[in-house]
Amino acid sequence: MKQSALRRIITTDLPVLLIVLFAMAPFAWMILTSLTPTAVLNATGVSLSPLGWSLDNYVRLIEQTSFLKNMLDSLIIAAGTVVVGLIVSVTAAYAFSRFRFPGRKLLMLQFLLINMFPIVLLILPLFVLMRRFNILDTHFGLILANATVAIPFAVWMLTSYIGAIPKSLDEAAMTDGCSRLTALRRIVLPLTMPGIISTGIYIFITAWNEYLYALTLGGRNVRPVTVAIQTLIGEYQIEWGLLAAGAVVGAMPATILFLLVQRRLIGGLTQGAVKG
Amino acid sequence: MSRSNHSTVERRTLFRWHSERLLPYWLLAPAVVVTLVIVFMPMVQAVFTSFYDLILFRPNASKFVGFGNYVKLFNDPVFWTALWNTVIWIGLTVPLQMGLGLVAALLLNREFPWRGLARALIIIPWALPSVVIALMWRWIYDPNTGVLNDILIYLSIVQSAVPWLADPNVAIYAIIATLTWQGFPFFAVMILAGLQGIPRSQYEAASIDGASTWRQFVHITLPGIAPVLATAGLLRVIWVANSMDVIFVMTGGGPGYATHTLPLYAFIKARQNLDFGYGTAIAVTFTILLGAFVVLYLSRTMREVER
Repeated sequence: MKQSALRRIITTDLPVLLIVLFAMAPFAWMILTSLTPTAVLNATGVSLSPLGWSLDNYVRLIEQTSFLKNMLDSLIIAAGTVVVGLIVSVTAAYAFSRFRFPGRKLLMLQFLLINMFPIVLLILPLFVLMRRFNILDTHFGLILANATVAIPFAVWMLTSYIGAIPKSLDEAAMTDGCSRLTALRRIVLPLTMPGIISTGIYIFITAWNEYLYALTLGGRNVRPVTVAIQTLIGEYQIEWGLLAAGAVVGAMPATILFLLVQRRLIGGLTQGAVKG
Repeated sequence: MSRSNHSTVERRTLFRWHSERLLPYWLLAPAVVVTLVIVFMPMVQAVFTSFYDLILFRPNASKFVGFGNYVKLFNDPVFWTALWNTVIWIGLTVPLQMGLGLVAALLLNREFPWRGLARALIIIPWALPSVVIALMWRWIYDPNTGVLNDILIYLSIVQSAVPWLADPNVAIYAIIATLTWQGFPFFAVMILAGLQGIPRSQYEAASIDGASTWRQFVHITLPGIAPVLATAGLLRVIWVANSMDVIFVMTGGGPGYATHTLPLYAFIKARQNLDFGYGTAIAVTFTILLGAFVVLYLSRTMREVER
């Protein structure tokens, strides 16, 4: 009995521990860097003992930079993308999962195809178009840009979530006198709520983490955290401590959300691939 | 009186029948219209732009050049460098991610007490913003104060500090290592789900027949996860090919053109030189090249939908 436990530790626990360390070490290093005051960092490097830690870099981040305002920009854009993405996708997903109509396959293909388009092919014409309509460097412009990714993703995720709810439920509601849309609102939506929430969270994470659109289509008035972190690089010398603090704070919301919902999210994401 | 009543009823059923048939299109309309405006319209515009000599902020000087940008492209040595880099970039990153992901998934599929925790922690790289990842690794790779050189020198694997991102022969591999780190959790999670779909009874039957662990892996595990590997692999090829943010932040394509991939080259041309005509021509060419993988992936997925 004892021997088999030892065997398990050597063949399973230790290798798993190595991989987990590999996955976590870079970010852990970033956290250690952010806790080391700049003077110490330049003199002796990253402080490994808690005695050398301080929140100095975080205080500077909040007091001397516009990081909080940048967080607000990111929040507005990410939340806006979630709203736009979910509103237009829920009805589309319902149509795909409940109706068989001419053009269904083509339309589904269309949404899948959009997700494959290189972002670089979109970013250049979007810049030209948004400049013409004067929505460069606005929250609205960046919400639209992020919606290019969010909508097709949400349509596919929600189609599979709604597809998992038995059709007989909305049919029963309709024999009881509900219209289609009432059935969608009263029966399907409440049952799909967990799926809608995890899709929304995934859209939020993606939009929060997005960088290239933010850099190209925003950047001056509207500066999301991903762009702001990069500007923390000092003028003459890279301020790694401050930068690390920005990176830790900027990455926190998405990471925490992800850890909270990872179980359900991964279930939804892998479903398609596993069935294939 | 009764006649007109009859016809209203008829009209109403006719209307209902119509609306029931049109309803899916109404439900789809918002999503389709929005994507037409923010995806397909720009896309068409991109193809048009690629036939023009368009330097932004000098819009009056823009003129139609036909395939001029494409001809220029084929004679551009940087294009060929970027194409070759793209091939290395995809050819190394995706198999490395898949290999590491497979190992991680096989380990996570075993029984041990802290499995749930390990599974959650391993996904962290996937959730981090790519800017943070890129900056984080720049800090690790830093030639003077980076921790990687410190460790390697301490272990006497290298004698002197390696300028990971400044050496044109090393830079692209350093970035590939970063992207492998970022992307392996995706494979691990996908493959793990595939592994859990293989019935336990198959392994039991095989071990009764005396099959070794290795033979069980080759004859049961691999065929069992082959569809997942194919789908996840294709998806990842497309994703890795498109992802340029990590490279952009880590090296900006340098030193020289050593870490230029095609999408990055297009982006840099348009962003720094404001040469939108030529930049879009590169982007369109890249999209066409990537098209083969996209078609493969789409045909796999759509087969699923039909079932």
